[in-house]
Amino acid sequence: MNKRYLDYLDQLEAEAIHIMREVAGQFQKPALLFSGGKDSITLVRLAEKAFRPGKFPFPLVHIDTGHNFPEAIQYRDELAERLGEKLIVRNVEDTIKKQNLSEPTGRYASRNGLQTYTLLESIEEFGFDCCIGGARRDEEKARAKERIFSVRDEFGQWDPKRQRPELWNTYNGRISLGENVRAFPISNWTELDVWNYIKREEIVLPNIYFTHERECLIRDGKLMATSDFIYRDPEDEIVTRKIRFRTVGDMTCTAAVESVAYDIDTVIAEIIESKISERGATRIDDKLSETAMEDRKKGGYF
Amino acid sequence: MDILRFITAGSVDDGKSTLIGRLLYDTNQIYIDQLEAIESSGRVNEDGQVDLSLLTDGLKAEREQGITIDVAYKYFSTPKRKFIIADAPGHIQYTRNMVTGASNSNLSIILVDARNGVQEQTRRHSIISSLLGIPHLVICINKMDLVGFDENVYNQIVEDYKQFAASKLAAKDITFIPISALRGDNVVDRSENMPWYEGPNLLEHLEKVPVSNDFNLDDARFPVQYVIRPHTHEHHDYRGYAGKIISGTYSKGDKITVLPSGQTSTIKSVELGGKELEEAFAPMSVVLQLEDDVDISRGDVIVKQEENLDVSKEFEALVCWMNNKPLRAGAKLLLRHNSTETRAVVRQIQYKVDVNSLDNIMDADQVQLNDICRVQIKTATPLLLDKYENNRANGGFILIDETSFTTVGAGMVESITHESELNYMI
Ligand SMILES: Nc1nc2c(ncn2[C@@H]2O[C@H](COP(=O)(O)OP(=O)(O)OP(=O)(O)O)[C@@H](O)[C@H]2O)c(=O)[nH]1
Ligand SMILES: [Mg+2]
Repeated sequence: MNKRYLDYLDQLEAEAIHIMREVAGQFQKPALLFSGGKDSITLVRLAEKAFRPGKFPFPLVHIDTGHNFPEAIQYRDELAERLGEKLIVRNVEDTIKKQNLSEPTGRYASRNGLQTYTLLESIEEFGFDCCIGGARRDEEKARAKERIFSVRDEFGQWDPKRQRPELWNTYNGRISLGENVRAFPISNWTELDVWNYIKREEIVLPNIYFTHERECLIRDGKLMATSDFIYRDPEDEIVTRKIRFRTVGDMTCTAAVESVAYDIDTVIAEIIESKISERGATRIDDKLSETAMEDRKKGGYF
Repeated sequence: MDILRFITAGSVDDGKSTLIGRLLYDTNQIYIDQLEAIESSGRVNEDGQVDLSLLTDGLKAEREQGITIDVAYKYFSTPKRKFIIADAPGHIQYTRNMVTGASNSNLSIILVDARNGVQEQTRRHSIISSLLGIPHLVICINKMDLVGFDENVYNQIVEDYKQFAASKLAAKDITFIPISALRGDNVVDRSENMPWYEGPNLLEHLEKVPVSNDFNLDDARFPVQYVIRPHTHEHHDYRGYAGKIISGTYSKGDKITVLPSGQTSTIKSVELGGKELEEAFAPMSVVLQLEDDVDISRGDVIVKQEENLDVSKEFEALVCWMNNKPLRAGAKLLLRHNSTETRAVVRQIQYKVDVNSLDNIMDADQVQLNDICRVQIKTATPLLLDKYENNRANGGFILIDETSFTTVGAGMVESITHESELNYMI
């Protein structure tokens, strides 16, 4: 075999670093949207590779619904501290008060959708012209169509019919006043690629990604962690199970999977065997309609 | 494990999306919930099977119209390889989206409907694949089930295509496979309906195509994207040039030149993630430190000294025009080439390619959406360019509209005019 041969993970890493540096080179005020999940933790590692020993040319920005897993929040704060990078947190709670929005109610009540408002508010507050996100094209069929540099209008809206051509690795970050760009460095990574990278890089994850016993309620056949934020029916069945989370987002819309995977290797083995997609297993917001994600993205969602 | 990036192209309804669905389905890479979602959409084909094209046609408008509008990216892997697939639209109106998907591919699958044979879009997508320097073409004669799996029909289409290819395509590696995307013949499993075909099935072929030599490792090109200056106590004098090696190799001790300024120095270290490397090569993203304090910023290119290179403001290129507004001679645009952006003027439109007759139309005064043309360009700042055919990574550029900022053209350098020749011309 050729000595100058780059393994697939190295190729994906090189591409992601290149994209991050293009963001740094082309924009005045970029930001990295950090959720505390494994994809954004991976982005942070890639940013270290792209910019160390210098500082990141952008702050980490977390749009906090107030309904996150305490483990993820603790991890977020410790990570920012350890890296010595700036962390900006903006709360959906404050947006609800300021814009007089109504808090979603009912069985599927979640502040997930309201994050869009807080994100747009933050973009305006700081004048961010580009937000780096950890979305992957393998996650969902609308995401499979998005460019790496995705131009959004003043309202953060994505118009799938007006996407710019994107040639080679040449990214066009030119925008008009009011527009901004979402950049997705790990577009071409799959869930399994992310886990293999986490393994290779020995990245420590929040422990909710690994098996633990937790009290859950069963909603539409899915296990939802019990918390003060989740809607409860008197007839909800409450169980205690050995579970882990495959994605970590807002507690009100992220379901757990039953699992005994206790470390990265056992998680990887589990994903290879899994017959259900990451979002299918863990998100209840996508199930509400056939094109739920496309609709949310058109409305300015990540 | 390596990566093969490929695109499916060809005329409308020739079965591109169905083929990808079939590849994913027959390699067991479709999750149950995704399958349930397309089953519950209720769309089935004549045989009562679920419509596998729905796996990639993810937009509302696409599902309503039953066509592909924009490229969808799909991923799968076998023990041999990771595959990144771009499913392109066949409709001429969306050619720019096909170009987007093709630009990063090392292989192009062109589908041909066995009932219709080679069409205008078959030729257009083949020409675009060839212009973009995609080294491997696979021509899948699809819907063989609808022509009774007839060997003669297949042979006739292969003949027609070969004739067209010989006159117009640069790609050397062209493979033909008769398939039925709908039923799975010769996709992942050998077809029992076509015993006369003795070649590999599609997946076998995709697993074997060599990709390692698709990178140019001869011509060292390092466009600087970003300068790392920590200004900390520990790294007081650190100055690192961050970028991607788009072609060639770099090692500690290499003598380098910075273009366009022409300053020279020596590489002090090649780093990745804080670790020093003996040698780095394309397509790695690294940081270079130099022995001397030279003035370098984003857009400069670090090359090796022995290469004796030149920068230029004038060159000729083939352009795929992707804007609704026509391109005219004299048009002023922004041009982005790797990390450099500069103003540019299209001085002359030399000819336009007619994808039907394959002739060059010489007196074209304007170029329409989806046309391919050859132009002469002059830029405001000098660029280090390579001919696209020699170095794909340094011979391509994009054209950007000065007011809407949208990407309107994809260009591939064919010849470079150097200073000395300019003087001579005067
Ligand atoms: N009988 C038969 N029908 C097929 C075959 N492959 C595709 N089709 C049908 O052809 C129609 C078009 O298929 P698609 O996969 O959507 O075609 P496409 O090339 O992706 O179309 P665009 O992306 O819109 O250009 C569908 O009705 C398919 O079921 C085949 O091998 N045999
Ligand atoms: Mg299609």
